[in-house]
Amino acid sequence: MNGQDNTYPDTIVVLNQSNVPRTVVRAMNPTESNINVDHSVQPHRSRRSRADATNSPPDPDNESREARRAARRAQTEAERTAAAAAAEEEEEEEEMKYGAEHVIKLFVPVAICMLVVVSVITSIEFYTERAGYLIYTPFHETSTDTGTKIWNSLANAGIMISVVIVMTVLLITLYKYRCYKFIQGWLIFSSLTLLFMFSFIFLGEVLRTYNIPIDQITVAILIWNFGCVGMVCIHWSGPLFLQQAYLIAVSALMALTFIKYLPDWTTWAVLVAISVWDLIAVLCPYGPLRILVETAQERNEPIFPGLIYTSSVIYAYTILLSDNPELRNSPAGPASITARPHAGADIERHTTNGEAAEVVASTTVATTVTRGALAAGSGGRAENAPAGPRRVPAPRPPVDPDLEEEERGIKLGLGDFIFYSILVGKASSYGDWTTTLACFIAILIGLCLTLLLLAMYRKALPALPISIIFGVVFYFSTSNFVTPFLEALSSQQIFL
Amino acid sequence: MTALSFFGCALTAFGPSLSFFIIFIARDPIRVIILIASGFFWLVSLLISSGLWRAFIPLQDKLAFGLAVSVVLQELFRFGFYLTMRKAEAGLQMVSHDEMYKDHNIAKARHTLALVSGFGYGLIGGAFTLVNVLADTLGPGTLGLITDNDHYFFFTSAYLTLCFVFLHTFWSVIFFYACDAKKYYLIAAVVLSHLAASSVTLLNSQKLYAASLGTTTVMLIASAIMAFVICNGSLRNWRTALRLKSSPRPLAHVVEDSSIQQINTLST
Repeated sequence: MNGQDNTYPDTIVVLNQSNVPRTVVRAMNPTESNINVDHSVQPHRSRRSRADATNSPPDPDNESREARRAARRAQTEAERTAAAAAAEEEEEEEEMKYGAEHVIKLFVPVAICMLVVVSVITSIEFYTERAGYLIYTPFHETSTDTGTKIWNSLANAGIMISVVIVMTVLLITLYKYRCYKFIQGWLIFSSLTLLFMFSFIFLGEVLRTYNIPIDQITVAILIWNFGCVGMVCIHWSGPLFLQQAYLIAVSALMALTFIKYLPDWTTWAVLVAISVWDLIAVLCPYGPLRILVETAQERNEPIFPGLIYTSSVIYAYTILLSDNPELRNSPAGPASITARPHAGADIERHTTNGEAAEVVASTTVATTVTRGALAAGSGGRAENAPAGPRRVPAPRPPVDPDLEEEERGIKLGLGDFIFYSILVGKASSYGDWTTTLACFIAILIGLCLTLLLLAMYRKALPALPISIIFGVVFYFSTSNFVTPFLEALSSQQIFL
Repeated sequence: MTALSFFGCALTAFGPSLSFFIIFIARDPIRVIILIASGFFWLVSLLISSGLWRAFIPLQDKLAFGLAVSVVLQELFRFGFYLTMRKAEAGLQMVSHDEMYKDHNIAKARHTLALVSGFGYGLIGGAFTLVNVLADTLGPGTLGLITDNDHYFFFTSAYLTLCFVFLHTFWSVIFFYACDAKKYYLIAAVVLSHLAASSVTLLNSQKLYAASLGTTTVMLIASAIMAFVICNGSLRNWRTALRLKSSPRPLAHVVEDSSIQQINTLST
């Protein structure tokens, strides 16, 4: 069990603002369009420009800022606000339109993750029987005295949270000072442990439970393949579907480990504490996760790929292809979305290439002057682009030189997956299905409310507090009130 | 045997719901959200009623009291959900003007909304009442399905769950319509029939299965017909719907359009 596992940001929900209405942009000259785009997106812009990392002039940040400032001066204030208002309105409308879709696109993976954890907890004994503790929880709640138990669990939770805080701050500091190599190494190491070691343990327990004999060579081949494909998908590139599947698997494994090794009451204390910490870390002016998100947006980079689940979904991608036969039939269309050709002159190449340019233009309305030209150049194509869902799969590591990509869609930290699953898994470990079901629904509703707030406030929000508080409240009230009531009813077969 | 009884009961109770979900709900994200939201409302009502049941310690043995409280609370929350949905209507309208969902636009189709929310209500309710029973069918030492002639416990539970899921669905359709059209006697009818249906299941503990199952089934059919008529259904468009079987538009939409007009004329 490594310390670094705790640093999964339990928080980041970023609603992408990149679906900037193209009509507004097109109406103006390139420079103006830059400003407007920037304005509507600025507070929480999440456009990805992979190209920035390597391809752009030395300091893309500075340059774009310069350009923006100059252009801003050129434009009158009135024009700007009017255009911005129009842009915002349209943007809002479009966002609402796909809002429900996005909610479902997060519901499905969260539900899958929780279901996996619940089914494992209920079927495989290993994850519910006590066999040792983490070093972060030195107090083992072995006493029968309630006071001591409470004290123990609070102390454990305090230690766990301190570790999480220290790790998060460390990570953010490293990020702030651009120690990308170190962070990459760290993330790769922790996912390596998860994918190889934890999945090996998991496989062993599954086989033991179902009494299946298997030889070591087969296991070695299985684990090797599983782990290697996972590493490639998470840290480099791979089909979005596979990447999402791996992220879910990793979260589930992590949640199972926590459920196994955390003492009973400590789990609940940790859940509450972590959601409070989440609230602070994301919303306070100097909260580390807020700094992380803001820095990432400032630098126009994706947040670490191993830590975030993106809903820029495969379904939407297929819809895009089937909606537009022209695009589907053209080899360049899909290629420009999925394939990642070596960078360099890529952008130029794509502008000359009909379909590809369309994709580039409609997905990215450039943020810098250099790319402004591209947007203007391919504006004609973009006009014909259907306003339909246009999402580009998968964040890639910042080192991957690639064409600019946009991500619409909502991002949810893997930490959220982990802690949701811990809550539901813990509820199911007591063997009562009504509590499990209640927690499940409570978490989904909490997530729904969080997303509603996200649509209202349009900035990164902590995803844990509402869901976890709902979950905890429903857990305790269900196990204390509802279950006895329902048991009394169902034993007499009375229906409500 | 355990696995057989588990799947038998599970599919009896939730098989129709499952196909309803797949055909009618799953393809529209908004419907899924409404389903879960209304389930959540049901859950909150259950929470409060069981809290009250626990609080009144002298009445804990009398389940009829808990039942009555719960039914009243459920109907109150149904009304609460109705109000919420009406408040959210503007938002829903905005959400669903997507071309993809044009032909089954939930904000336009009030009955669809009622249907989906009622289904969510019933589904979550059914799941909560049956889930532990189902888990018991799998467990060690389960009584048989058929061998024990006096206790068709699991099967009757499953069947009653099935009835209640769809009773809730139809009740919601009637209830929402009654609220829209301000027909208060219909609201009263829904509350009373809910109370009646639940009270009839009190007979189960005396093994009077014929009475409870029969009454519930009759109520189910009656409320189905009533809901169908409320949605402007008639024999004629029933036949039309059957003839249009190959078209992707499900029955509810055939009915929808004219009923919206009806509501509009009622409200003006």
